[in-house]
Amino acid sequence: MCGIVGLFLKNPKLEPELGAMLAQMLDVMCDRGPDSAGFAVYGSGTPGLVKLTLRGPAGTDFAKIGTAIGHPVMPRDTHAVLSVSASEEAGVRAALARIAPEVRVVGTGSRMELYKEVGLPADVARRFGLEGMSGTHAIGHTRMATESAVTTDGAHPFSTGPDQCLVHNGSLSNHAGVRRQLAREGVRVNTENDSEVAAAYLTYRIAQGDTLGEALTHSLDDLDGFYTFVVGTESGFGVLRDPIACKPAVMAETDDYVAFGSEYRALAGLPGISSARLFEPEPAKVYFWDRAA
Amino acid sequence: MRLALTPAVEAAVTVDLASSSLRELNAALHKLAPDTTEAYWKIANPAGRHALAAGLDAPVTVEIDGPVGYYCAGMNKQARVIVNGNAGVGVGENMMSGFIHVKGDASQSAGATGNGGLLVIDGNASARCGISMKGIDIVVKGSVGHLSAFMGQAGTLTVLGDAGEALGDSLYEAKLFVRGSVAGLGADCVEKEMREEHKALLAAKLEAAGLLGAVDIGEFRRYGSARTLYHFHVDNVSNY
Repeated sequence: MCGIVGLFLKNPKLEPELGAMLAQMLDVMCDRGPDSAGFAVYGSGTPGLVKLTLRGPAGTDFAKIGTAIGHPVMPRDTHAVLSVSASEEAGVRAALARIAPEVRVVGTGSRMELYKEVGLPADVARRFGLEGMSGTHAIGHTRMATESAVTTDGAHPFSTGPDQCLVHNGSLSNHAGVRRQLAREGVRVNTENDSEVAAAYLTYRIAQGDTLGEALTHSLDDLDGFYTFVVGTESGFGVLRDPIACKPAVMAETDDYVAFGSEYRALAGLPGISSARLFEPEPAKVYFWDRAA
Repeated sequence: MRLALTPAVEAAVTVDLASSSLRELNAALHKLAPDTTEAYWKIANPAGRHALAAGLDAPVTVEIDGPVGYYCAGMNKQARVIVNGNAGVGVGENMMSGFIHVKGDASQSAGATGNGGLLVIDGNASARCGISMKGIDIVVKGSVGHLSAFMGQAGTLTVLGDAGEALGDSLYEAKLFVRGSVAGLGADCVEKEMREEHKALLAAKLEAAGLLGAVDIGEFRRYGSARTLYHFHVDNVSNY
C-alpha cells in the first residue's frame, strides 16, 4: 500500500516548521506502511560544499570516523551528514571506504539530507529528529513492502543523483527489464527494489539532457506498472501518477505551500488547510513546482 | 470514552470527532432503530477519516462538516448523508438506497457497485465513477474521470461536465447522460438516440438532484451498451 507525503513551501516564514509539518504528515501515514520509513529534507546549503548523508549500522561512532578522515560529521542516530568541498569529495569517499567500509553514502547534494530506517514511521521520524529540521521542501514515505525485502536499503526515498530523490507508491512490472537497460548504459542500481530503478531511470534521463518534467514524461512510456511518484530536486518537487491512476493521491495548494498526501488525512493538520485548493492529480499528467520559478 | 452528545440545533445530535472516536460514532449510528427520534446527526472535524457513516440502515440524516476519507457512507441504506467537503475513494460504495450529497469533489470509484439510492456530487468525480453500478443513480455537477461506469449494469450516471477516456467500457444496461465532451468511449459503449422516454428519465434524475430547470435537457447526449459483448464471441476477444 505505502504512504507518501510531500511538502513544498512557498512562504519562507514556514521554513523552520518544515520538519514538524512533515513529521506530523508521516505520523498519520503509519498505517499505510508500518515496515519502514524515510524522508529527504532540502535544508540550507553552503556554496561550494557538497553534503554527504552517511548511514552506518547501529552504534557507528561517526565522531571517530570524522576525526579519522579530518572532517566533522553531524550524527543523527544511524545517519550522519558531512559537508566537503566538491574537490575533496572523491578523496573523502575513498577514505570512508577504507576507514569505515560498513558506512555507506546514501545521498549527496548541495542541500538534500536523506534519512531512512526500518521500523514504525513515527519512531523513525523521532529517532532522526525530523520535527526540528528546517528547509524549503521535503518528501517522505512509509513503506508496506511488496517488491523487495524489509531492509533499510529497501526503504524510501531513493537517491541516485545529486539532490535528487524519489518516493514511490505502487509496483513496477518491468523493473527487471529497465534495470538491465540501465546496466547496459552503465547505470548501477544498488538494491533489488523496483523504486530504485525508477529513481535511477529519472537520473539517467536527466543526465541525458532531460529536464525533470521531460524525464517524468518519458517515464510514462518506459515504466510499466502502478505508481504514484513524488520526486525532489534541489529547487523543486514533482508528482506523477500512472495512466490508470491506481494509487491514491491528493494535493493541497495555498499561498504558503503545496502539499501532497496519499490520503487527505495526511494533510488535515496543515495550517490553512480548510481554505486550501484541494485537488486530485490527474493520471499521466506531470506536476512540478520549482523554487526558482 | 463516551460520545459528546450535545444538542447543537433542535433535535440534532452533534459529534465532534476531535474528541470522540469514529468507531463509537459508527457503532451509535448502526444501533439506530427505524423509529429513532435521533434523526439528525451533525459530525464535526472528520479530518478525512475513513468509513465515516458507513453501513447505515435507518431513515436519518448525517451531515458531516469537512472532508472525509475512503468509503464514506458505504453500503448506505435509507439514510441521507451530506458531506460539506471533499470525499475520498469509494464514497457511497455499494449503497442500497438513500441519498448521499458530496458538496465538494469526490475521488475515485464514487458510487461503485451501488444498487440503489441517489449520489449527488457538486464538484468533480475522479476515475471509475460508478464502476460496476447496479441500480444507483449518480449525478455529477462537474466532470468525471476515465473509465466511469465501467461494467455498469443498471442505474443512471448523469454528468453535467465532461467525461474522461473509456466512458462506459464493457457496459451492460446502465444509462449514461453527459452534457459536456466525452474524451473517448470504452469497448461496446456507443452514443444512442435521446428519445422522449430518456428525456423524461433524465428530467426525473435532475429533479431528484434539485437541478430540474437549472440545465437544458437538450444539451445532454445519451450513451449506452451496443450489447455485442454480452456473450463471449471469439471475434470480440480483443475487446474484452
